[in-house]
Amino acid sequence: MAQRVDATLLVPKAKATTRSLTSRLDRWADGLFLWPAVVILLFFSIFPLIISLYLSFTRLQFVRGGVDVIWVGLVNYRRLLLGSEQDHFLGVFAWPSALGWLVWAASAIGLLYFLRQYGAERQRTVAGWLLRTGLAIVVLAMITLMVTTMSGGGRPGTLSTTLFYVAAGIIVQYLIGLGLALLAAQQLRGRRFFRVVFLLPMMITPVGVAYMIRMMADTSKGPFAPLWRAAGLGDFSWVNSPWGARLVILIGDTWQWTPFMFIVLVAAIESQAQEPLEAAVVDGASRWQIFRHITIPAILPVSTAVILIRLIESFKLVDLPRVMTGGGPGTATESVTMHAYSAWNARDYGGSAAIAYILLILVTIASVAFVNLIRQKTTEVV
Amino acid sequence: MIHKFVLPWLVIGAWLLSACAPAAPIADTGGEAAAEAPAADAAAPAGDITIDVLTFTGPQIAEPLQRRGAEYVEMHGVQVNVTVVPFSDLYQKILTDLSTGTNAFDVYVFAPQWMVDYVEPGYLADITDWVAADADLQWDDIAPFFRDFSASYKGRTYTIPLDGDFQMVYYRTDVAEQLGLSAPQTWDDYLAFAEAANGQDMNGDGEADYGSCIAKKRKAQSYWMITSVASAYLQSQGTGQGGFFDTESMKPLYGNNDAFKKALEVYKATTAFGPPDELNLDVGDTRGLWTSGRCALTIDWGDIGTLAIAEGSKVNDLTGAVILPGSREVLDQATGTLVACDDTTCPHHVDGVNHAPFAAFGGWSGAINVASDEATQKAAFDYLAYVNEPAQSNVDVTIGATGFNPYRISQFNDTAVWEEAGMSKEAADNYLGAIKASLDSPNMVLDLRIPNNQQYQGEVLDLAISQYLAGELDTEGTAQAIEEGWEELTDQFGRDVQLAAYQATLGVEK
Repeated sequence: MAQRVDATLLVPKAKATTRSLTSRLDRWADGLFLWPAVVILLFFSIFPLIISLYLSFTRLQFVRGGVDVIWVGLVNYRRLLLGSEQDHFLGVFAWPSALGWLVWAASAIGLLYFLRQYGAERQRTVAGWLLRTGLAIVVLAMITLMVTTMSGGGRPGTLSTTLFYVAAGIIVQYLIGLGLALLAAQQLRGRRFFRVVFLLPMMITPVGVAYMIRMMADTSKGPFAPLWRAAGLGDFSWVNSPWGARLVILIGDTWQWTPFMFIVLVAAIESQAQEPLEAAVVDGASRWQIFRHITIPAILPVSTAVILIRLIESFKLVDLPRVMTGGGPGTATESVTMHAYSAWNARDYGGSAAIAYILLILVTIASVAFVNLIRQKTTEVV
Repeated sequence: MIHKFVLPWLVIGAWLLSACAPAAPIADTGGEAAAEAPAADAAAPAGDITIDVLTFTGPQIAEPLQRRGAEYVEMHGVQVNVTVVPFSDLYQKILTDLSTGTNAFDVYVFAPQWMVDYVEPGYLADITDWVAADADLQWDDIAPFFRDFSASYKGRTYTIPLDGDFQMVYYRTDVAEQLGLSAPQTWDDYLAFAEAANGQDMNGDGEADYGSCIAKKRKAQSYWMITSVASAYLQSQGTGQGGFFDTESMKPLYGNNDAFKKALEVYKATTAFGPPDELNLDVGDTRGLWTSGRCALTIDWGDIGTLAIAEGSKVNDLTGAVILPGSREVLDQATGTLVACDDTTCPHHVDGVNHAPFAAFGGWSGAINVASDEATQKAAFDYLAYVNEPAQSNVDVTIGATGFNPYRISQFNDTAVWEEAGMSKEAADNYLGAIKASLDSPNMVLDLRIPNNQQYQGEVLDLAISQYLAGELDTEGTAQAIEEGWEELTDQFGRDVQLAAYQATLGVEK
């Protein structure tokens, strides 16, 4: 009867030990090589988050030989949301105008529709309901804030101003970017040249863009001053008008970031499948029908990604208002990030951290809400 | 495969190289205005010492520091690097460098009113003994106010003054003559002058010009301007009375009282006669407008006087300077109302007008980082002393581009250097007379130098005034916002601590 012998028994013991060690090292290798990177990453991302959260509950005081960190609890948050900084951060509330109410009602209906859509899903869960209801409430609160501070007799704070930059900026940039992408996707002469030209603003440093737009918008000394004077507007200045100043900031932001939308969308348009387009043409579909029912659904996933990236970026706008207006006139153009920077500059580190944390929470909620809102549409078309 | 091996090493190498490279300072070579470098001083510190200087974005202030730095390099073989940051970042940049222990800089040139926040934690070197031992400095030639206020804290010396700062009103002498007006004595005169001149072509280019140009941009050097207006209404009993707070209770004078509200209204009224984009103009912009002949009046530091004689100016010999206008009514602190100016309510009045010249900013001054090694500290002191010495400063204060204004007694008494610089004798007498009148005034208003003063002025005051000018707040709301904001800060930092600091500041002997 043949006896089965374990092959390892035939190998000398030393060799077996080496092999075992090698095999163990092989198993550990992944972790060994990965962990330092993971630890460093955690250190650089999680550590600042925890420290800044802690700072937002404190007040720092420089004293001889070091820094006193004084625990103040929720004082920094209370000052921003309910105290002396409320006007600056949230704004001055007033009864909305008719248009304000209209916007609010439309938004509320949209959010209800969003919840109803989830209710119609088969795989709905309690957690899903809670998450979506929470998101809807926060989004509605943001819209209420905008409506009550920007219409009627209200005055927007840095948060409302930032929400305006985000909403208006993304809509305008997306529409212009999409229009340019559709043009550049045509078989036109010189389209490569225009693609490069359209991209240039994105390559320029934001501070350079800010100075350039500021110079161009200068009605008394800028290059367009003769035109302004000829139009009888030599004594007009956008810096004296809160909405004029916000508009100029928006123009600068749009000029700089439309190319980003453009380059991504042009790639998406050019990579869409040709067969449906050709079939639609054969079936006699109009250009609008092709665009509405084939192109838009095809580029929707890319549009979602590009809007999400700009959404997150827009919340952090600081360079343009900082350079162009210093946040003025008054606080008309001041963004939340600039507000946090000002607080930091004035040694109010706790207040600055509190603003930054509120911004982080809002950006997270806005991003998650947007992804949730759009995911269903995206899945439908894909 | 090779590139897979080489690339990481290239990246690591590049990273190491960049890490070893020095911070990017601006050039340390002199500009066109560089004076001839004096001969080397054998007793000076030598070796491979580098003095890193931090100040604000020029050309003013940074220019003479670089130019004199180049001379100092030639004399002593000591390297001088001048790094600049925007004015609104300077306070925090210095504090961050010192408090985090980065200590990238050996010398800081800043507003002396910030000194309290740097001295209290022990960041700056005490240079009292070095100053006493340096005869070349001619310390006694520096006007007492700049020695005692700009350079000292609690009786010890921490900075070397490089500049003397007072705000004044400048007016166009030709326009005044044409309109039959004299230099404004009160703020009401200022408004009347501005209104009369507004819309006239004052530089012959065929375009309407402006009655008044005041830097009103937020987050810039504008927040001193409101104090120049308000002080005339708020402080009337002499320097010791203080122009910012009640010295008994630390209650803000910038608040809900008739005097401050009147000052706000006057300040806002000037906007009607200014350039359309005045709310977005910093002092650099208004100075440009002034030298191009577009303004009839402006509020500024001494810089206008020297810029007016610089090449390209259209207002040489057309620029008159006068002590800040005053008021015929002043604050009665007990009732919060305005009362007529008389021998009791304003003992220092001139013809019934209470003038309260504002020593805004206090003049750029240089301090030394106590964390620098001793040899560098000594070299840094020698460098600052060199810039301060009469041989250098008497020239620099006459050059508009330096941003340095007179601060030595000899600079006020001898008009020869001013005439050499291109000013007429009459203009020099007028310009220096206005500064001297401010400096000698027993009712001079000292700038705020309590702990965290930057938050009081640079944040709360700057924000509220900006909102007021933009129409976001009314007069009442502005006064209330400043009062509440300052009260909140005072409570936060400790009322007793702030009050004691304020009282100590006002105890400065002039």
